[in-house]
Amino acid sequence: MPIFPLKLTPPIATNSLKAAARFKTRLSETAVIRFLQTCAWISILTTIAIVVILGFESLVFFKGVPLLDFLTGRDWSPLIEPRSFGVLPLIAGTLVVSLGACAIAVPLGLASAIYLAEYASPKTRSLIKPTIELLAGIPSVVFGYFAITTVTPVLQFIFPTTEIFNAASASIVLGFMVLPMITSLCDDAIRATPRSLREGGFALAATKAEVSLDILLPASMSAIMASVILGFSRAIGETMAVALAAGSTPNLSLNPLTSMQTMTGYIVQVAMGDVPHGTIEYQSIFAVAGTLFVMTLSLNLLSQVVVRRFARQWE
Amino acid sequence: MTKDPTNNDPTNNDPANNDPTSNDPTNIYANGQAAREEGFTSSREIHLEASFLDNLARRRVQAKVFALAIQLATCMALLALGILVWRIGSQGLPYLNWNFITSFPSRKAERAGILSALVGSATIIFMTTIFAVILGVSTAVYLEEIASKNKFAKFLELNIANLSGVPSLVYGMLGLAVFVRIFDFGRSLLAASCTLALMVLPIIIIASREALRTVPPSTRLAAAALGATPWQTTYHHTLPAAMPGVLTGIILAISRALGEAAPLIIVGGVTYIAFLPTRLTDSFTTLPIQIFNWAGRPQEEFQSLAAAAIIVLVGLVLVTNGIAIFIRTKLENKNRW
Amino acid sequence: MVIAAKNLTLAYGKNIIVKNLSLAVGPTTVTALIGPSGCGKSTLLRTFNRMNDFVPSFRMVSGNIHYRDLDVYSNQVDPVFVRRRIGMVFQKPNPFPSSIHKNITWGPRINGFQGDLDHLVESSLKRAALWDEVKDKLNSSGLALSGGQQQRLCIARAIAMDPDVILMDEPCSALDPASTARIEDLITELKDRFSMLIVTHNMQQASRISQNTAFMLNGELVEYGTTSQIFNAPAQRLTEDYIMGRFG
Repeated sequence: MPIFPLKLTPPIATNSLKAAARFKTRLSETAVIRFLQTCAWISILTTIAIVVILGFESLVFFKGVPLLDFLTGRDWSPLIEPRSFGVLPLIAGTLVVSLGACAIAVPLGLASAIYLAEYASPKTRSLIKPTIELLAGIPSVVFGYFAITTVTPVLQFIFPTTEIFNAASASIVLGFMVLPMITSLCDDAIRATPRSLREGGFALAATKAEVSLDILLPASMSAIMASVILGFSRAIGETMAVALAAGSTPNLSLNPLTSMQTMTGYIVQVAMGDVPHGTIEYQSIFAVAGTLFVMTLSLNLLSQVVVRRFARQWE
Repeated sequence: MTKDPTNNDPTNNDPANNDPTSNDPTNIYANGQAAREEGFTSSREIHLEASFLDNLARRRVQAKVFALAIQLATCMALLALGILVWRIGSQGLPYLNWNFITSFPSRKAERAGILSALVGSATIIFMTTIFAVILGVSTAVYLEEIASKNKFAKFLELNIANLSGVPSLVYGMLGLAVFVRIFDFGRSLLAASCTLALMVLPIIIIASREALRTVPPSTRLAAAALGATPWQTTYHHTLPAAMPGVLTGIILAISRALGEAAPLIIVGGVTYIAFLPTRLTDSFTTLPIQIFNWAGRPQEEFQSLAAAAIIVLVGLVLVTNGIAIFIRTKLENKNRW
Repeated sequence: MVIAAKNLTLAYGKNIIVKNLSLAVGPTTVTALIGPSGCGKSTLLRTFNRMNDFVPSFRMVSGNIHYRDLDVYSNQVDPVFVRRRIGMVFQKPNPFPSSIHKNITWGPRINGFQGDLDHLVESSLKRAALWDEVKDKLNSSGLALSGGQQQRLCIARAIAMDPDVILMDEPCSALDPASTARIEDLITELKDRFSMLIVTHNMQQASRISQNTAFMLNGELVEYGTTSQIFNAPAQRLTEDYIMGRFG
C-alpha cells in the first residue's frame, strides 16, 4: 500500500519542520541572551578595571614614595626638584573648595526645595523647576569660564587682595553647579511626605513656615542628609571649573582668596603637559586619582547607608 | 446655653442675634489676648495649669519673612543662570560668525575658529552614543527582562549605582590606562569615544531600566501567551513601549558627553589641531577642551572666543535635546492606543 | 452657640458639595454628623477650622461660619487663630515622626505655652487615657505605637492645645473594635470639657456617644435634633430610612 507512507510522512515532516523552527528560535534566543549578559558584565568589568588600574599604578607610586609620607606630607611639589609628594595641600584645597560650595548649595538648595514643594503654585513650579535643572545641564567648563570672567572680578572688587586664581570663585560656581541636584532631591523628599503630616501640623495652629521647618524638614531629614553628602561628593570630583578658577598652586592654607590646587586640578595640570608613561609624575596622578576615588566612593556609600537606615516608609 | 437642640436650631439662632456683643470681629482678631479674656474664655471654666501667650503677630511676621527668604533663595539660583547667560551672550555674540565656525584654531585671536573642535566633538559624540546605547540598553534589558532577581542582579544594580557617582576624571584615568595603553588606541578619537561611552553608561542603564519598569506587565503576559520568547517579547513589545523613556536617558547621556572635558584631557585631547580627522586613530580636540584652553588665557580676546564657543556648545546641546524631544513626542503619540 | 454655620454652600470647583446648610452647635456637647459617604459631612467639618483652605479648588459659595462671635471666614481672620481654638483629629492617625513628647509639646510650644511642658505632656496623655501605656517611653517615636494608641496620641495632642472645640473626622474608622471602644469612652469623658463634632458613618457609634445628631444627605441637612429623637422618633422619612438601613 503505497498510500500509507505517503499519508504517514506529511505529519512527520511538519513535526520536524516545527522542531527545526523551534530549534532555530532557541539558538538565536540563547545567542541574544548571551550578548545581553556580556553587555551587563561590561559595567562590572568597568568597576574592576577602575579599582585594579588605580590600585596597580598607585602601588608602583608608593614603592617610590612611602604611603605615610604621601598621606601626611605637608608639601606637594612633584614637578620641581627637590620633589615632594605630600598630598595634604591638595586635600586641603579640595576640601576648602568643596565645603565652600556646600556652604552655598545647601542653604540655597534646601530653601528653593521648600519653596518649590510647599509654596509655589503648580504653574510657577512648572516654570522654575526646569529652569533650575537647566543649571545642572551646563557643562563644567562653562562654569569655569564664568568664574574667571565674572566671579573673580567681583570678588577682587569687594576684597582687593583676591588673587586672579582663587578658591572662593571656584567654590561659588561649584555651589551653583551642585545646587540643582540638592534642590531636586530635597524637593522629591519633601513632596514624598504624606499630606496627613501637614494637616496634623496645621490643625495644631501652626503657620506654614512652622509646618515646613518643624514637621516636614525633620520628616525628610534622611533624604536631605543623603543629598548633601552626594552634593559634597560631586563637588570633590568636579574638575574643569575648579581647574580653571582655583589655580595651580598647591597651598596648605584656609584662605579662600588665594590660589589653591585641588586633587582634580593637579591631575588635569599633569595631563595637559606631556608626561611620559612610567615616570613618577605619571604614577602620582594615579595615586591622587585613587585617593579621590576612595573619598567619593565612601561618600556615595555613606549616602546610600543614610537613606537606607533612616528610610521612612510613608504608606 | 441649653443642651436642648431645638434651641440650637440655627434658623432661630443667628449668632449675631443670639450672642450680641459690643466687640466687632476684626477687633477680636487684631487683639487676641483681649478677645480671649472678654470674648470667650470667660464662658469656660476650663484652664490648663498655665496660659498661652498671644504670639500670633510675631509668628505671622516670622512666616512672612520665611516665605520671603526662600523665594529670595530660589531667585538667587535663577539669577545666577541669568547672569551667566547674559555674560556669555554679551561677550561671545560679537565674535560668533561664519569664519569662527569654519576656521582652525590659531595663535591670533581674530583668525581663530572652532572647526576642528566641532568636528572632533561631533565624531566623538556619534561614536560614544552608538557604543553607550548598545551596551546600556542591553544591560538594562538583561537586568529588567531576562535576569532573575538573584544576588548577581542585586550586585550589578549596586555596582551601577556606584559607577554613576564616580567622578568623570576617574573615567579618564581608566581610558588612559585601558584604551590608550593596553588596547593601544593611542591618544585618539576611538579612545576618547570608548572612555566617554563608559562614563555615560550608568545614565543610560538607569533611565532605560526605569522606562522598562513602567511598561505594564500585561504587555509581557499577552506576548508570552502567544508563544513569544522573552527576547521576542522584549524586542517587539516591551522595548518599543519603553522607547520614550529610553530616549530621555540617551538625551541626558549625550548632553553630558558633549560638555565633558576632564576625561578627554586625561585621555590626551590636545588644544591645537589644524586638520580634520580622517581615521579613528587620529588625535582629537573637542569644543569643551577648546573652551578650557581659551578661557584659561589671560587675554580678553581669547576669553571672548571662549564665550562664542560656549554659545555654539550650548546651542548644540539644545539642538540635540530638541531633536530627541521631537522624536520622543512622536513615539509617545504612536504608542498611545 | 460655639459654632454656627448659616446658609452655607460649599463647592470644589464646579461641584457643589454642601447646599445652603445651617447648623449650630452648643458648648460641651458631642454632636454627631451622620450620612452616607459623599454627603459632604467631612467637607463641612473641615470648613469649620479652615482646613479646606489647602484645597485649591475649594470655594465657599455663600453663607458664613461663626465661631462664638468670630466670623471664621472674614478676610481679617487668620486661620491660625481659628485653629488655635478649634482642634482636629483625623480619620487616619497622623502622629509626627518624632518622639511622643514632641508630638504633644510641639503645638503648645509654638503657640506660646507658658508652663511646664512635662506636666502638660502628663496631663494631656492622662486625659487621653494613654499615660499608663507610654509613660516609660515618652522619647520613643510616636510611629512605634499601635494604631489605636496613635489615635489617642493625636487626641492628646489636640487636648494639649486647650482648644474650645475638637473636630473629629471619623476618628475610629481605621481602628479595630477594641481601640474604637477606648476612643469612644474617651470622647464621653472629654465631653464635659470640650465641644466635639464627630463625623461618623457608624450609626451605633453616633447613638452611643453623641447628645445631638445631624443627618446629612447629598449636601443638605435633612434633620438635626437630639440623638434620642433622631434615632427613636425621626421627623423625616429620609432619616428614618437611613437609620433603618434602607439605603446608604
